[in-house]
Amino acid sequence: MCHLPAKLGEGPVGAPAPRSARARTPIGAPARAHRRSVFSVKSALRGLVDESVTIIREVAAEFERPVMLFSGGKDSVVMLHLAVRAFAPARLPFPVMHIDTGHNFAEVIEFRDRTVAALDVRLIVGSVQASIDAGRVQDATGPRASRNPLQTVTLLDSINEHKFDAVFGGARRDEERARAKERVYSFRDSFGQWDPKTQRPELWGIYNGRHKPGQHFRIFPLSNWTELDIWRFVQEHDIELPSIYYAHRRRVFRRDGMWMAESPFLQPEPDETVSEQLVRFRTVGDATCTAAIESSATTIDQVIAETAAARITERGATRADDRISEAGMEDRKKQGYF
Amino acid sequence: MERLRFATVGSVDDGKSTLIGRLLYDSKSIFEDQLEHIEGVSKRRGTDYVDLSLLTDGLRAEREQGITIDVAYRYFATPKRSFIIADCPGHIQYTRNMITGASNVDLAIVLVDARSGIVEQTRRHSLLASLLGVPHLVICVNKMDLVDWSPEVFNRIREEFEVFASRLSLRDVTFLPISALLGDNVVSRSPNLTWFEGPTLLHHLENVYTASDDNRVDARFPVQYVIRPQRAEHHDYRGYSGRVAGGVFRVGDDVMVLPSGLTTTITSIDSPDGTLEQAGPGEAATLLLADDLSIARGDMICRPNNRPRQSQSLEAMLCWMDDAAALQPDRIYAIKHTTKSARAKVTKVLYRLNISTLHRETDVASLALNEVGRVELHTTAPIFFDDYHANRTTGSFILVDEHSGQTCAAGMLLSPRT
Repeated sequence: MCHLPAKLGEGPVGAPAPRSARARTPIGAPARAHRRSVFSVKSALRGLVDESVTIIREVAAEFERPVMLFSGGKDSVVMLHLAVRAFAPARLPFPVMHIDTGHNFAEVIEFRDRTVAALDVRLIVGSVQASIDAGRVQDATGPRASRNPLQTVTLLDSINEHKFDAVFGGARRDEERARAKERVYSFRDSFGQWDPKTQRPELWGIYNGRHKPGQHFRIFPLSNWTELDIWRFVQEHDIELPSIYYAHRRRVFRRDGMWMAESPFLQPEPDETVSEQLVRFRTVGDATCTAAIESSATTIDQVIAETAAARITERGATRADDRISEAGMEDRKKQGYF
Repeated sequence: MERLRFATVGSVDDGKSTLIGRLLYDSKSIFEDQLEHIEGVSKRRGTDYVDLSLLTDGLRAEREQGITIDVAYRYFATPKRSFIIADCPGHIQYTRNMITGASNVDLAIVLVDARSGIVEQTRRHSLLASLLGVPHLVICVNKMDLVDWSPEVFNRIREEFEVFASRLSLRDVTFLPISALLGDNVVSRSPNLTWFEGPTLLHHLENVYTASDDNRVDARFPVQYVIRPQRAEHHDYRGYSGRVAGGVFRVGDDVMVLPSGLTTTITSIDSPDGTLEQAGPGEAATLLLADDLSIARGDMICRPNNRPRQSQSLEAMLCWMDDAAALQPDRIYAIKHTTKSARAKVTKVLYRLNISTLHRETDVASLALNEVGRVELHTTAPIFFDDYHANRTTGSFILVDEHSGQTCAAGMLLSPRT
């Protein structure tokens, strides 16, 4: 059972609307709020939004077949909202794509489908299960199996199948050491590989997206956002996220110092005991490698307070996939991972 | 909260990584898992203290070789400001790295080793900061602990730099004595530097005045994307999107569209946050206009009485960045300038700038990797531009190798010499 922040229409009749009961961001049209612009101090978030929106429009103008990755995770939700604002009142001029390991939190898939319907965008699903069935990859087995690394094959196959030449991802440079070195426009060869040593210099706000057929770019409009910036945007615009980002009671067990959620895809080993804890997720990915943190933060304000005081990075706290080795992300990125 | 972008330039030996580690550590921007990680690595390598420079090492190749390959970005915040650090390695490929990292920063920190004073590298970095029009420069005289915190050493370095800098166009230079290793005058004031009356580095970063750095006079709006909803409820909507490159656009302003030269009036300004009364430098906006003109990506919207220069013959300072091939005069490259793409060729190299001596070498026909020179270019279409020192957005461009796709040069447009 999940504790959600108050939903639209809740609360006693006649009482002032609570913060979270304001209208959610209208579809296809930004709020008609007047804002000053020039001679007062500009908020840092404003500059980030301007930069991200500009990058998204630039890609739409210069690439033939862009697609935006959308997992339902908070970064991809913020990125999608920025994209919708970039083209309002027109429709989003490209589809979104989810690389689905089949090992999901049910709340996230339900949220994904509801969000793309509400924002009137087209969803493409790249299925890791289909890649397994087609013999493209072998399913991981064993008690600690995760399909997380298999996603790379499905992602690259989907990019080829649809001939996408620009793939937006919600990665941020503050997340991880290898990401800190990545460009906004990240060139990928026909194998989808990232080569950190031959990255193109990126100057001023001018981006070079020149490529040949079969090559593509990963585009990271949120490069300069931090985890706290993401939450502040969610707060400022009252954006809905999957409920598992907020504290709820869940059956979990301890593994490698992290709380893993019990699920059909992830079972405890004999020496691991399941208990019910009050937890929330700081990142949302494949259910087999995303851990929860103990938290009682049920509202956005509480989450922001908790994030500002956090002493461990979000990936350090909750991502089993980054703990494989010192260079876990670097190696996966070179092979074409997100 | 305001955001300040700054670049740190210098080599490993200058203590640059240690300085960044110190800023992150003392401002409590280091997370426990990151600290545990570098404590473990320090211990494995047998160093006596926690090596803060490990915080900025990114890739395995770098960790193994103890070098920095490329620009890395770091983030930290204090209650006063958020900071983006572009960490530019100083030893190899320094020109390319520094230009990449410093092209859009508000401030650059150049590190000087107090024992060696102003060296060739200091001069190069300062010259590049000057060429790039970085508004604020900080000369951090580091390793003051190794010169007994001597005010004489600090003042001598300062005087030496000022003599050299008189030949550059640096707007604002600040000198600070520090010890990144021990933390003196980085975040907290130092009992060893009581003779120094200036601020700590962090205090300076938090308070340096940047509000007047943008060009708020010359209104420039490169059209990036035309929004036509083609849906029933917004049938007549036609908006021109882009990011304001200079000046302020207000509802009701008369504007001119280039290259057509036609004039109209702004009826409304949309933004990602709703409608605006006005939009200033750096803001993403969508302009709606009174008349139905033919306007496309690459066009420039300005004020009728304040137009950018317009030409197919350009002069620029060009930094060559391609390691595969040197500049070939008369070869055709792709040029990207604001939202406009065209083709260009360099018709003449006027001189190559020796970035150590500032000497102009006129007997050259080409520019190799990491070389800087003044050139003449011709483009296949008119470019609407301003002098780089008046506007870093409308004054900058890149050249792209049409075959390899590499970004091979960065250019800063200048008014032709008279």
